[in-house]
Amino acid sequence: MWPMSSSKIFSAAEACRSIADGATVLVGGFGQPGTPNRLLRQLLAQGTKQLTLVKNDASEPGLGISILIEAGRVAKLIASHVGLNPLAVALMHEGRLAIEVYPQGILAEKIRAGGAGLGGILTDIGLHLDTDRPAQLVEVAGARYKIEPALRGDVALIHAARADTMGNLVFTKTAGNFNPAMAMAADLVIVETGEIVPAGAIDPDHVHLPGAFVDRLVLVEKSAADYGVLKHHALQA
Amino acid sequence: MHYKHRIAWRAAREIKAGQIINLGIGIPTLIMDYLPDRQQVFVHSENGIWGMGPRAAAGREDPDLIDAGAAYATIVPGAAFFDTLTSFAIIRGGRIDLAFLGALQVAQNGDLANWIIPGQMTPGIGGGMELAQKSRKVIVLTTHVTKTGAPKIVKSCSLPLTAPACVAMIITDRAVIEVTDAGLCLKELAEGVSVADVVAATEAPLLVPEGELPRF
Repeated sequence: MWPMSSSKIFSAAEACRSIADGATVLVGGFGQPGTPNRLLRQLLAQGTKQLTLVKNDASEPGLGISILIEAGRVAKLIASHVGLNPLAVALMHEGRLAIEVYPQGILAEKIRAGGAGLGGILTDIGLHLDTDRPAQLVEVAGARYKIEPALRGDVALIHAARADTMGNLVFTKTAGNFNPAMAMAADLVIVETGEIVPAGAIDPDHVHLPGAFVDRLVLVEKSAADYGVLKHHALQA
Repeated sequence: MHYKHRIAWRAAREIKAGQIINLGIGIPTLIMDYLPDRQQVFVHSENGIWGMGPRAAAGREDPDLIDAGAAYATIVPGAAFFDTLTSFAIIRGGRIDLAFLGALQVAQNGDLANWIIPGQMTPGIGGGMELAQKSRKVIVLTTHVTKTGAPKIVKSCSLPLTAPACVAMIITDRAVIEVTDAGLCLKELAEGVSVADVVAATEAPLLVPEGELPRF
């Protein structure tokens, strides 16, 4: 009745075992919401190193991808904003972590293009900038654009609020962010979620990302502190 | 009133009913406390909210609901959540009527620098470049001078630009200044501040209208 009912469900260790040293890993999340904390802890535990990570931000010390950065496992970070992680900024200034930054929406579109089988995008954002990445310029209908090449990962680590056994995903509130784009742009897509329901239990009209993009599902306990409220970002009573 | 709140209070008067606004990190987020009628203004947050409400009360935080500065947020009735692609389609597609941004420097032609001090501060670009370049109107909220007293309103920005010629208005702790084709025009003065004070603290030339200027 439910085809492929359990073929996509893995433990965190099984799901992440094939992630090799030197891999490029797309990591969902904007701040903590939508960040696949359990899968990142698995990468730390299994010793994967020399990673290139792609995430909106550098997370905060002790959280998210910062646990891998602090352990010296990350060679390069591609992000849009790293200001909330002074450890990452310090490593960058010491020359121990390469950081490449893009405007946030352009980073997302580069990833979308990678997921959609396109070579890149044309954009007029930041045309005024001199960066260490010389831009290839083109003119279309009288307007100037630069070419931003598409970006793909070997692996995407995704956090979804809910999945069905087919891998159809539902995101929630501000925890969607980069997750849908990243889940389309990697050769191996691993999704952690707090809830896995039978196929058919999610109304097909309410699926945010079809299971066609999802390879492995990992059921996670969301009782760990990194999934909870961070007191330093809350108003004081 | 603390000067940051005075700036935010004055800035809120620039918002018209029905507008979609975006509040950058820092002083702009304080505008949330001074919105005249929340129902008529829709606040966009680039991490995926259209219809953001005030910060979550203590004990009422939702770990999945934050603003772009990582503070726990709320929503108003009619709000929508979406992913980063959709959020920046709203921005780059020109749907933000008014963006309030912070500044390191603003030039007399409206150039804005607010994302990097090479060798000192490297937070990254975030959504600021797209907001500055594509919002229908950009108002900068900032202190008039740096912590060491250097003017932030300058003839030409020495720091790398966020976007060229994008700023329409500058609201500081001392003055309200409009960016016009003829140059920077002094429009209002903060309580207790003279025209001479503002001119002295501004590197760029200021056009000063005849007569008494309004106070805020």
